[in-house]
Amino acid sequence: MSAVVELQAVSTRFDQQLVHDRIDLRIARHDILGLVGGSGSGKTTLMREMIGLDAPTEGIVTLFGRRLCDLRSEELANLRRRCGILFQGGALFSAFTVFDNIAFPLREYPGIDTGLIRDLVYMKLAAVGLKPDVAGRLPAELSGGMAKRVALARALALEPELLFLDEPTSGLDPVTAQGFVDHLHNLHRELGFTAVVITHDLDLMHDLCTRLAILADHKLVALGPPDEVARNDHPFVAAMFHGERGRRVFGTPP
Amino acid sequence: MALAGAEHQATFHTATDEDGRTSVVLTGSWTLRGIGRQAPALTEALRPYVEQAPHVAWDCEAVEALDNVGALLLWRLHGFTRPDHVRIREEHRALFRHWSERVTPPTRETRRRPTLLSVAARAGKDLVSHALGFTELVGQVVLDVIGLVRAPAQIPWIEISGTLYEAGVRALGITALVGILVGVVMSYLSALELRTFGAPSFIVNILGISILRELGPLLAAILVAGRSGSAMAAELGVMRITEELDALSAMGVSRTVRLVIPKILALTIGLPLLVIWTDAIALVAGMVTAHIALGISIPGFIHAIPSAVPLINLVLGIVKGAVFGTVIALVACHFGLRILPNTQSLGAETTNAVVTAITAVIFVDAIFAVVFRSQGLP
Repeated sequence: MSAVVELQAVSTRFDQQLVHDRIDLRIARHDILGLVGGSGSGKTTLMREMIGLDAPTEGIVTLFGRRLCDLRSEELANLRRRCGILFQGGALFSAFTVFDNIAFPLREYPGIDTGLIRDLVYMKLAAVGLKPDVAGRLPAELSGGMAKRVALARALALEPELLFLDEPTSGLDPVTAQGFVDHLHNLHRELGFTAVVITHDLDLMHDLCTRLAILADHKLVALGPPDEVARNDHPFVAAMFHGERGRRVFGTPP
Repeated sequence: MALAGAEHQATFHTATDEDGRTSVVLTGSWTLRGIGRQAPALTEALRPYVEQAPHVAWDCEAVEALDNVGALLLWRLHGFTRPDHVRIREEHRALFRHWSERVTPPTRETRRRPTLLSVAARAGKDLVSHALGFTELVGQVVLDVIGLVRAPAQIPWIEISGTLYEAGVRALGITALVGILVGVVMSYLSALELRTFGAPSFIVNILGISILRELGPLLAAILVAGRSGSAMAAELGVMRITEELDALSAMGVSRTVRLVIPKILALTIGLPLLVIWTDAIALVAGMVTAHIALGISIPGFIHAIPSAVPLINLVLGIVKGAVFGTVIALVACHFGLRILPNTQSLGAETTNAVVTAITAVIFVDAIFAVVFRSQGLP
C-alpha cells in the first residue's frame, strides 16, 4: 500500500542555515505520526513542506502518491481539500463567528445545501465536545481551549483523510488536554484518518501516536512505535524520555 | 480501498430478489468528495424509494467509503430515522448512531429589520461613545503631558524621533510632487485670466496668499492624514490583536506616554515643517510657470513677495500645520485604540481614522478662515 505522505532526501536551508539534512520519511494510512523535536528544530517547517505551503530546498515530497513539485495549483488545491490542518495558534478567521468558521470550507462545495451545512457544523461542534451555543460567538470571545477545539472542528469539516495537528495540546490545562486527546482518539477510530501531530506532550505521544519521529541535529534520529523510540539512546531522546516524566509515562529505565 | 477512492463518485442501483422485493444498493464513495455537487440530484433520485418505505430494502454494504456527510444525506432522506430494512457494515454503524443521538438546535429567528428609530438610536449611541472616548483620550494625554513636564527624563525621545522620521522625512517626496503640480496648475490658470485683465504682476499676490495661507497647509495635512493617520491607527489595532497593548499595561507602561504622545508630538512638530517645504516647492513651481507663461522675471517675483503677501499669512499657515498635526494624530490614535481584536474591525476603523482625520482637518481649516478673516488679507 502506498504511503499517504512520503519525503525523500528532503533538505531545507534558510540563508545558508541548515534546518533539515536529507530526511526520509514514509507515513502509512491510518498512522498517527508524532513529530517530536526541540524548539527551532524545524518541525513546523517540515509539516508545511508536506502540505506544499513551503517548498524544500532539495528533495521530493509526495502527498497521496503525487509529487508536489509537479502539480498545478488547482491540483494542489484539490489535494489540500483532502487534508485538515490545525495551526498552532488556531488561525480562526477573527471576523467570522464559530459557526461560519466551521461552515466556511463546506460552503466551497456547491452541492451541499445550507440545511446540510447546519447539521454538519453542529455535529462537528459536538464531536469536539463543544455545546451548540458557542456557535454564535466570535473567536476573540473564546478561551484558549475552546479556540483549539473550534480549530479542530474546522480542520475536520471536510472529512479529511489526512490531518495535520501543530501542537494541539499546548496551552491547555492537563484535564482539557487529556479530553482533547481522548476526542482525537475516538475520532481516529471512527473516521480512520491519517494524522501528523507536532507535539512536546509525552502523554499525547503515549496515548495517541502509533509512531514517533524524533527530529534532532537536522535529521530524524529515531523513528518507530513510541515504546521502541523511548528506549533509543540518542542524547536528545534520552533527555526527553528518560527523565522523571518520561519514566512515568513510558516506563523507560533511568 | 485505494488511496484514490475519494475520486469515485457516489452511485446506486436497484435490484430485485426472488421474493420480488426491491432493494437499493449503494456503491461508490458516499463521502463529501464522492457526493460533492450531486447532493441534490442524489436526494431527488432516491426519494421515490424512500416513499415506498416498508417494501424497499437498503443495502449499504457495498459502499467503498462512508463519512458523516454521506450518513447525514441518507439520514435526512429518511426523515431522521433509520430505515427498517437496512444492511450496513459494522464500522459504518457508528456514523448513524451519532446522528440519532445528536440534535441540531432550531434556527434562531432571523434578525429583525432595523427601523428608522433603531438606526437613529444606534447612531446616537455611537456618537456619544466616540465623544466620550475622544474626551477621555484628550484628558489622559493632557494629564500625561503634565506628568512628562514634571519628569522630563521620561519623555520618549526615541519614539518621537522615529515617528518624526516615518511621518515627516518619508513624506517629503510625495508632498514635493503634489506641491509642484498644484503650483504649476494654480499659476497657469491664474495667468490665463490675469493676461485678459492686463494685470500680470498680481500673480505674486494670488500665488503667495493662496499657497502660504491655504493650499500648502491643507495639502500637506491631507497627505499626512492619508499616509500616517492610517499607519498609526493600524499599528495600534495590530497591537491590540497581538495583545501588545495589554503587555504594555501589564508592565506598568502607560500607552498614552509610549504610543499616543510620541505620535502627537511628532506630527505637531513635523507637519509645520512639511507645510514650509510644500509652500516653498509650490511657490517655486508657480514662479517658474509664471516666468514661462507671463514673462515675469524670477528675481522680480522674489522681490515682490514680501510686499504683496503680509507675513501673517505664512505664520498662520505654519500654525495651522501644527494644529492639523495634533488633530490628525489624536483622531488616528482614538480610532486605533477602538479597534477590536478582529480583522474586520481593523479595516473598518483604519478607514474611519483616515476619513475622520481629513474631515476634521477641513473643519478646523474652516474655523481658522472665519476667526482670522480680518488678518493678512487685502
